[in-house]
Amino acid sequence: MLRVRSDRGAPPRPGFTASLAFATAMATLALMAAPAGAKTLKWASQGDLNSADQYMRNQTLSLSILSNVYEGLIRRDPKTLAIEPALAERWEIAEPTRWRFHLRKGVKFHDGKPFTADDVVFSAQRVVGKGSDLKGRLPGVKEVKKVDDHTVDFITEKPNPILHVEWATWGIYSKGWAIDNKATEVSDPSKGDQPNFATTHANGTGPFKLVSREADVKTVFAVNPDWWGKDKYKHNVTEVIFRPITSAPTRVAALLSGEIDFMEPVPVQDIDRINKNKGTKVIVAPETRVIFLGFDQAANELKFSSVKGKNPFKDKRVRQAFLQAIDIQSIKTKVMRNMAEPSAMMIGKGIQGWDASFKRLPFNPDAAKKLLADAGYPNGFEVQFDCPNDRYVNDEPICKAVVGMLQRIGIKANLVTKTNTVLFGEYQKFETSFYMLGWAPGSYDSWNPLHFLHRSVPMDAQGKSKPGGTFNYGRYGNPKVDDLITQIAQETDQAKRAALVKQAWGMTIDDVAYIPLHQQTIAWGTRDSIAKIVPHAGNEFLWYHVTMK
Amino acid sequence: MIAYIVERLIQSLLVLVAVGLIAFAVFQFVGDPIANMTGQDTSAEDIARMRENLGIDKPLLVQFARFAGNMLTGNFGVSLRTVRPVDELLAERLPATLELSVMAALFALVFAIPMGVFTGLKPRHWLSRAFLALSLVGISLPTFLIGILLILVFGVLLGWLPTFGRGDTVRIGFWSTGLLTASGWKSIVLPSITLGLFQLTLIMRLVRSEMLEVLRTDYIKFARARGLTNRAVNFGHALKNTLIPVITITGLQLGSIIAFAIITETVFQWPGMGLLFLQAVQFADIPVMSTYLLLIALLFVGINLVVDLLYYLVDPRLRAERGAMERGV
Repeated sequence: MLRVRSDRGAPPRPGFTASLAFATAMATLALMAAPAGAKTLKWASQGDLNSADQYMRNQTLSLSILSNVYEGLIRRDPKTLAIEPALAERWEIAEPTRWRFHLRKGVKFHDGKPFTADDVVFSAQRVVGKGSDLKGRLPGVKEVKKVDDHTVDFITEKPNPILHVEWATWGIYSKGWAIDNKATEVSDPSKGDQPNFATTHANGTGPFKLVSREADVKTVFAVNPDWWGKDKYKHNVTEVIFRPITSAPTRVAALLSGEIDFMEPVPVQDIDRINKNKGTKVIVAPETRVIFLGFDQAANELKFSSVKGKNPFKDKRVRQAFLQAIDIQSIKTKVMRNMAEPSAMMIGKGIQGWDASFKRLPFNPDAAKKLLADAGYPNGFEVQFDCPNDRYVNDEPICKAVVGMLQRIGIKANLVTKTNTVLFGEYQKFETSFYMLGWAPGSYDSWNPLHFLHRSVPMDAQGKSKPGGTFNYGRYGNPKVDDLITQIAQETDQAKRAALVKQAWGMTIDDVAYIPLHQQTIAWGTRDSIAKIVPHAGNEFLWYHVTMK
Repeated sequence: MIAYIVERLIQSLLVLVAVGLIAFAVFQFVGDPIANMTGQDTSAEDIARMRENLGIDKPLLVQFARFAGNMLTGNFGVSLRTVRPVDELLAERLPATLELSVMAALFALVFAIPMGVFTGLKPRHWLSRAFLALSLVGISLPTFLIGILLILVFGVLLGWLPTFGRGDTVRIGFWSTGLLTASGWKSIVLPSITLGLFQLTLIMRLVRSEMLEVLRTDYIKFARARGLTNRAVNFGHALKNTLIPVITITGLQLGSIIAFAIITETVFQWPGMGLLFLQAVQFADIPVMSTYLLLIALLFVGINLVVDLLYYLVDPRLRAERGAMERGV
């Protein structure tokens, strides 16, 4: 406070400078104070969006964040994963090869323009166009026709009972906006072209608008006050600030210190810490991702093993021996600290086709040794075991535990762990004899893992693979299963289809095509600034399921 | 003289080409970016098409030639990971790293010199012993651990400072600075300490040993004999003479600070060049890696070229030799 030279005895009055300073301070405080009712959700994840264009990459984090901005014709209930109406109010299979969708009326894009069938037709062209990684959203669709402003027909080549199952993450783009901003195609970074407007800006129908994007630093979203679902899905979030924090300890520290309200994933060893800390807790739910082990079942001689002249993994007894040597409960309690759900199937609970009647063969090292002896390997053998070290939760520790367990039955598994960037390149060239992989079907339907993991992969004369199960890196193959997979893709009767799916799973489990280990668990770290949050079984974080205090 | 310059330029160019070739040879082993750019359901045809676009299956020389050609036309490519033009990306990240490095160096200097002087003047004082013991911490603890420790104490337990990020930044032209906002200053404290602690230890011990040396010299004795105050002797004469090697070392260390920033940037999620490069390697983001490496090579080659030319100007023997050679003597 400035002392003004005043007469002796009179109390000092605040000078002009002091008053100005005080007024400025008050004004700044007033500007800084958020408007009444503003609720900001600050959260962090390990990775970042790769761009603001939802069609650029088919990856859970990007899709999940952008699902708050762009919406599809259907949505999924977060708990049951059941299909519900979104931009389409209802739909029917008018003929076996024609689906008709009735669009919601009165919906607007963030720029104010109305949502109509033209936008759906345009988005269908864009999603199968150049640069899009989401081409699989419209499998076998030969035409998308506008019937009227709020009705669209999808015509498929063959009947497809699961045409729409992945459409919750196929966002509808505005045709006018895309044309005006020269974003009708998806930028393709592999071509080195300058990225277009849609990689840094977004215009959807969803509950949040994209305000600003700084790659690797911060992406800011603001609530869309005109969202069609605001009365049905009430929430009070007005602003969302997303920041990537790659270092796990830093992410935990940020949650504990209160700088963020939510973060994922929580490393398993920090779950107790966060729960014990006042004001934070961890929400745990099973994820649809299943971790499993695969075998090279096609080579005549394994590339990386001590067995010469033949391939032990072609013998089901050897595969079964491996399965029964693994003590999955120990892995759950000791390695995963109970953050895993042992699985008998290659899919998790909640995926169409999951069946509680399929049971895992029991852990029995003696039976396993006997099987190996019967198959002609009484002294076991050596084989290289490939494992990623930065892709799945505790991937490397799980593999190390498996090595120890296989040792007990005489198998010497030489563990080689690599970053997934290098490893998956090798998998794609079939350069592995025994490996770990994980899978979460984005369609929440069985056809996806059956096709991608179990469909046989024929090779041509030069040893190059022909189209088949793209991620069937061990080249498991059973012609009966292939037939079933083809039928499943086309059977429109739900009951018949479910029976075919069950039959296919029964065969692959019987064949011991893979060794499923467990379902991963989602761990979400939250602060008590969040009053209510609904976890999503597919690990998507949708902000309209959040209520802040 | 011209011949000298031309010769040096050609040498520099050869070095750049060699660096480029080695870099591209190494890229064969970094892994497959395509797996990181696509999702589960991407078809084999799309994967093959992207592979064709990127040219990563082509021979090393072809890839390098393509890259060099693009660079000469000013096209530095697009980052595969963040889908942004690489030159924009690097320009964005450079201020963050430079600011952090300079602040770390300043932190080290501002504290190390007084600490070094004190421990040099009063080697048996308990505070000196404390400083020396603490300095061992700076040398022996890895940067990662120091960073996490500081985050834990000042970010989580005390809640005084932010645990990550750069705070709010202000853009002036192409430079984004965190030094004009309160949150920016709060955010730069812990990373600077983490990064500068090693330098602090180094400089402090250097100043201390230099002080001890200098204080034993004759001219100091004569100054004291003459009756100059302690202050004049210690700071006016002794300190000035210790500073020469300190400045040399600090200059050299600035380069290593910028290099070690990678770890600090990762711990604090500091959006600088170090973190960018690390993420590029993890992703196999070849356009970013190749531009970054070539840029660093260019920087060092450029500095060396300037130094060589300065030698030529400064050292008359070089000029005489060359002159003699040219005249055929």
